Amino acid sequence: MEQNKKLVEVQNLKQYFPVAGSKFFEKKVVKAVDDVSFYLNKGETLGLVGESGCGKTTTGRTLLRLYEPTSGRIIYDGETIFDSGDVPLYNEDGTVQTDEKGNVKYGRKTAVNMLPYRRKMQIVFQDPYASLDPRMTVGDIVGEAIDIHHLAASKQDRRDRIIALLERVGLNSEHANRYPHEFSGGQRQRVGIARALAVNPEFIVCDEPISALDVSIQAQVVNMFEELQEKEGLTYLFIAHDLSVVKHISDRIGVMYLGRMVELADSYELTFHSVHPYTRSLISAIPIADPVTSRQSKRIVLEGDVPSPVNPPSGCHFRTRCPFADKLCEQEQPKWTEVGPGHYAACHHLDKVK
Amino acid sequence: MSEYLVNIQNERLSFFTPAGEVKALNDVSLHLKEGEVLGIVGESGSGKSVTAYSLMGLTAYPGRLIGGTLDFNGHRINDMTEKQMRKIRGNEVSIIFQDPMTSLNPVYTIGNQICEVILLHTNKNRAQAKERAKELLTLVGINEPEKRLKQYPHELSGGMRQRVMIAIALACEPKLLIADEPTTALDVTIQAQILELMMDLKEKLGMAIIMITHDLGVVASMCDRIAVMYAGKVVEYGSTDDIFYNPKHEYTRGLLRSIPKLNEKEHKKLVPIEGTPVDMLNPPKGCPFAPRCGSCMKICLREMPAYTDISDVHYSACWLLQKEEFEKGGNA
Repeated sequence: MEQNKKLVEVQNLKQYFPVAGSKFFEKKVVKAVDDVSFYLNKGETLGLVGESGCGKTTTGRTLLRLYEPTSGRIIYDGETIFDSGDVPLYNEDGTVQTDEKGNVKYGRKTAVNMLPYRRKMQIVFQDPYASLDPRMTVGDIVGEAIDIHHLAASKQDRRDRIIALLERVGLNSEHANRYPHEFSGGQRQRVGIARALAVNPEFIVCDEPISALDVSIQAQVVNMFEELQEKEGLTYLFIAHDLSVVKHISDRIGVMYLGRMVELADSYELTFHSVHPYTRSLISAIPIADPVTSRQSKRIVLEGDVPSPVNPPSGCHFRTRCPFADKLCEQEQPKWTEVGPGHYAACHHLDKVK
Repeated sequence: MSEYLVNIQNERLSFFTPAGEVKALNDVSLHLKEGEVLGIVGESGSGKSVTAYSLMGLTAYPGRLIGGTLDFNGHRINDMTEKQMRKIRGNEVSIIFQDPMTSLNPVYTIGNQICEVILLHTNKNRAQAKERAKELLTLVGINEPEKRLKQYPHELSGGMRQRVMIAIALACEPKLLIADEPTTALDVTIQAQILELMMDLKEKLGMAIIMITHDLGVVASMCDRIAVMYAGKVVEYGSTDDIFYNPKHEYTRGLLRSIPKLNEKEHKKLVPIEGTPVDMLNPPKGCPFAPRCGSCMKICLREMPAYTDISDVHYSACWLLQKEEFEKGGNA
């Protein structure tokens, strides 16, 4: 398999939502995703963690163009599927492309028809109770995508495909005629996954797929994701707030805070050698299911709450809760810098944190 | 009277729904000493909340207590009238709920809601109650209490609201605080704040806590004792170390195997518990966990196992343990 080949890449992705009730002349926006760049290699899992309201779900959805991005570029398998026209072109090594006169080159404004790409990029939603139409049978829910993309040659073929899909996620053929309410949460999530798999995608955004499930069921679903990936070489963007699950399933992890990416690294590196103060406190705040370790470990308890995304703090968004914050953090947004091989972070005081 | 603050013996509680009787609690026995923290863990529908609510006399309508005894602080909860219960609730035992968004009344100010409890249970006047409310808010780590008293719940964040809930619960310095998934709706960093606050207050006020949760990480860091519930039954009860390092019930073992650990260096595959949770309307005969259990025997499907004592404070209900016990007895 081709390793290290970029399947999906987003550059300077921004997604702003207008705030209802703001005055006409000073339209307020929520910067749900603010200048986020990352890529996913083929067959890898990138985890995205952060607290509620940090923009991780929005990133996932914008990436699929379920929301039209405000600005940025999305590249899928070498093809630009969205370009707002105001993002500089980048070289392979991440530097900005320029012409002979030294002017920055920009991409051409692009917004392709997504239908062919929907076959390759799919999503599994968080809430298995809300994401399945209660009036459709499970067979029709899974079969809808087959119909839209004309994947089945005949009625019989459609039925066979649906049954094969259900079996792939651990359900059986008799389930096809039932309605969602007849299933438990874990089974519904399996239906959601079968629906995503119906078009044989290469890339799946998993938007908190296990948060609504019981502990004993979570492990079943996590294992299923892993097995599907091993068998079919799927690429996942795995979004969750539970860092221990994300660490388990991901190759690399990105941490978001108030719409910005603050740290991105290999999952081992991130859990044991994180450099950003937010990541560190996030990790230490997670209760460890091991009495001896958790008695010994010292928690870094952050003061205060996550600020409102409508009025984020100036400079570094994290500075209001950060123990290292100073004047510089207030004035300037920290740069996204490489601190180790494949390990990026945005903080002014990386040396102090160590 | 007894050495325990809370002593529940063989509690049975059923909900008589139109679809039939749901045995929400099936022979639950628990005890807790003063100043201890008991964690109740289990999946949704396993009866964790019902157990705790019944201790406060808060069983909702189609539910009825049909057997067993509940003792709390010298009171026999089974025999108490609603009027007597009201004196205890909020005074000797109080509760914080899972969702701080819905458990505060949106049309009253924070101050109003805290003072209500104080006025009801003590003979303080309004001015004194307000003073006490301010004290309480300071106690739970809310700054500018004067200003907060005049605010409405929607003006506060989730973590703040949960702090207010705790302040209300602690207004009369209860002997027992029941916390029903107090941090499930909160973010991890806020969860850490709330858990630390609860432990802090426990030290200061010397109350006992019953912590209901499905997060094994939370119980590991907070609790002295743990009760693991499955399908309306306490399948294992023991000290925190017993449960984590010497689990005896297959369900407890399964749970511990199925959670990813953040501090693990290499990637281990999770071992999930197969199958789905029990349908409480048609529970299986015999041990409720039998259909999902890896070491299920014939007898498990027929009969409910009795409790086996592993040590003074550690017991579990599993036929495997009974068998072990029997074999030991046979050899001796």
